[in-house]
Amino acid sequence: MEQNMTQTPIIEIKNLKKRYRMGKITGKTLKADWQSFWAKRKGLPDPNVKIGQERLIGQTFMALNGINLNVYPGEAVGIIGINGAGKSTMLKLISRITAPTEGEIILRGKIASMLEVGTGFNPELTGRENVYMNGTILGMKKAEIDEKMNEIIEFSECRDFIDTPVKRYSSGMYVKLAFSVAAHLESDIIIMDEVLAVGDVAFQKKCLAKMSAAAHEEGKTVLYVSHNMSTIRQLCTRCLVMKEGKIIYDGDVEEAIRVYSEESFRFDMKRTFPQPDAYPRHQEAAITGIEILDRDNLTCSADEKLKFRLNTKFIQPVENMSCIVTARYAGTNIVGTFMSESIKHGICENADIDVTLDLTSLVPGKYFCDVRLAAMRNGKIRYSEDIQAAFGFEISDNQGKGNFNWDIGKWGYNLLPVTETTVTD
Amino acid sequence: MDNQKEIIIRPPHGWFDFDIKELWEYRDLVKEFVMRNFKLIYKQTILGPAWLVFNPIITSVIFTFVFGQFAGISTDGVPQFLFYMAGNTLWNLFATSVQNNSNIFYANAAVFGKIYFPRIATPLSQSISCLINFLIQFCALLVFFVFYIITGSPLSFSLKMLIIPVILLQTLLLALGIGLIFSALTAKYRDFAFIISLGMQLWMYVTPVVYPMSLTGGWMYRLLLLNPMTPIMNNFKWAFLGSGEFMLWSWLLSMVMTGLCLFAGLAIFGKVEKTFVDTV
Repeated sequence: MEQNMTQTPIIEIKNLKKRYRMGKITGKTLKADWQSFWAKRKGLPDPNVKIGQERLIGQTFMALNGINLNVYPGEAVGIIGINGAGKSTMLKLISRITAPTEGEIILRGKIASMLEVGTGFNPELTGRENVYMNGTILGMKKAEIDEKMNEIIEFSECRDFIDTPVKRYSSGMYVKLAFSVAAHLESDIIIMDEVLAVGDVAFQKKCLAKMSAAAHEEGKTVLYVSHNMSTIRQLCTRCLVMKEGKIIYDGDVEEAIRVYSEESFRFDMKRTFPQPDAYPRHQEAAITGIEILDRDNLTCSADEKLKFRLNTKFIQPVENMSCIVTARYAGTNIVGTFMSESIKHGICENADIDVTLDLTSLVPGKYFCDVRLAAMRNGKIRYSEDIQAAFGFEISDNQGKGNFNWDIGKWGYNLLPVTETTVTD
Repeated sequence: MDNQKEIIIRPPHGWFDFDIKELWEYRDLVKEFVMRNFKLIYKQTILGPAWLVFNPIITSVIFTFVFGQFAGISTDGVPQFLFYMAGNTLWNLFATSVQNNSNIFYANAAVFGKIYFPRIATPLSQSISCLINFLIQFCALLVFFVFYIITGSPLSFSLKMLIIPVILLQTLLLALGIGLIFSALTAKYRDFAFIISLGMQLWMYVTPVVYPMSLTGGWMYRLLLLNPMTPIMNNFKWAFLGSGEFMLWSWLLSMVMTGLCLFAGLAIFGKVEKTFVDTV
């Protein structure tokens, strides 16, 4: 990055702010606004406000609160952060979809903005017609599209259907074609919001390769928002972490991912989960709450055990049911899954399942756990709803792993058991 | 990159910052929009563009019975069917253009929310689409015109017809202005979509579409002069059918009103387009 400092930034953002007014967006008809106005005059509660949102009326909130950023030509910048951190708002402002409240952005190049693929696609038009439509919306000239048509069709793998209305396309073909158009834009700056996750796995790889080539070989500048850390790792050379409308970290990708997982690692010792009014007919059990037992914090040592209690409800008699806990390192990479012994139980309004996890094979770091119940029935696995990041824990030390500093990049996330080591001369 | 001009994005201020050069850069987009609008009307239809022509013909047949035969309203000596069809065709241009332009934000919310392009390209292409549809209908009108000449009606092609392009342009600009003024309102309140559709029907009856100006008099005549569409419609019939009197002063007034509407419409559109996305 050193030599970049002498260059002019291709994107320059100075003290950028975006304010949204809350609760003011609800009015969709004159009648609704009239009702609200009348209720206010009479001092009655507003009939058009959803219960629980009262505090938002008339309040504003800063989706972006003072962003300063210089991006230099050829950088591939990842942007991560929890939902509502302001990532997408920032991309929207840079893409000129909505205007900032304060501050300014200077762009010194042509932008290709892919906040969504297939914008302007019309189901009645054929694939080819949509390529023209979508391409010109994205700012291409017709001549440019003509020139690239073959490449686009080739990349999309839709050649046989290119003159068929896209309403007859499978959803996979649709996004493939849409992505292909966007990927072939002439531009200096590419802006992407989670769009690499389209199509099947093979196509996703192809998209990622195409974008990597754009960034690393053609020297284009890339801004990429994603929750998928592995694509961030593959594509980006620099990474920002955003929180509450501000950039809280800017720099190395691995470090940014660590900062982000630190930020999103917020777990309570006890949680309850809202239940629907009615369950799907085939659902056997539901998780209503979770509680960590026998400890007062979530930092464990590797030789400790972690015990938690699952509050459940058996809607139908269960047989062969297991509690399944999937651990994700730093909230992203799946490390492995704990599976409890089989449970057999009749219908019950409130049953507690206590599960103890053995953490010996996990390496130091922060883990997010997804919890669900699964049962075998007629040779098929049936799952209860998946509770993402139901709880988390941190393994703080290297206990039992020799004196090594665990290198995740080289060794992975698991310490596999070795039962015996002997040395003979 | 060196030859790229800098783009500076700042908080919005002022009402008029349409970048004509940028719009020119996007001319292919306007063409694509127009072509899409045209193609979409006929996808999965058997008769295709014929529908465009049927519409004014059938309306005019009905008008001929209702207003011509039953009510016996004068058509200034012009064959009734032709009189109604000429009126309907021009009114259609105006009414559909107002309605389509007033729906701009609502109808394009999804696209506006995801991609930047000069927003004015949408109403512009809407207006062009309306004009193309009008020209197709006008061709049908000409066929009937020639038919009536052959069958001995006192009609003829004349130099007066040269003002028709001016009339069409003014109709489009007026419709654009009024449509854009309402586009800001429909963006916020969907009610206005209904109000406009009803309003356009009522407006037709205070415009000399199904009756000639010669039938009005006194306060009614003066009231009709306030309607900017009155001299447009009247002069169109004068130029095309040779009926009625040419209205000069009220046409000039109507041009001033067109200018004001267009100015207001563009200003409002320019203001709303910048942050419209935040309110959907």
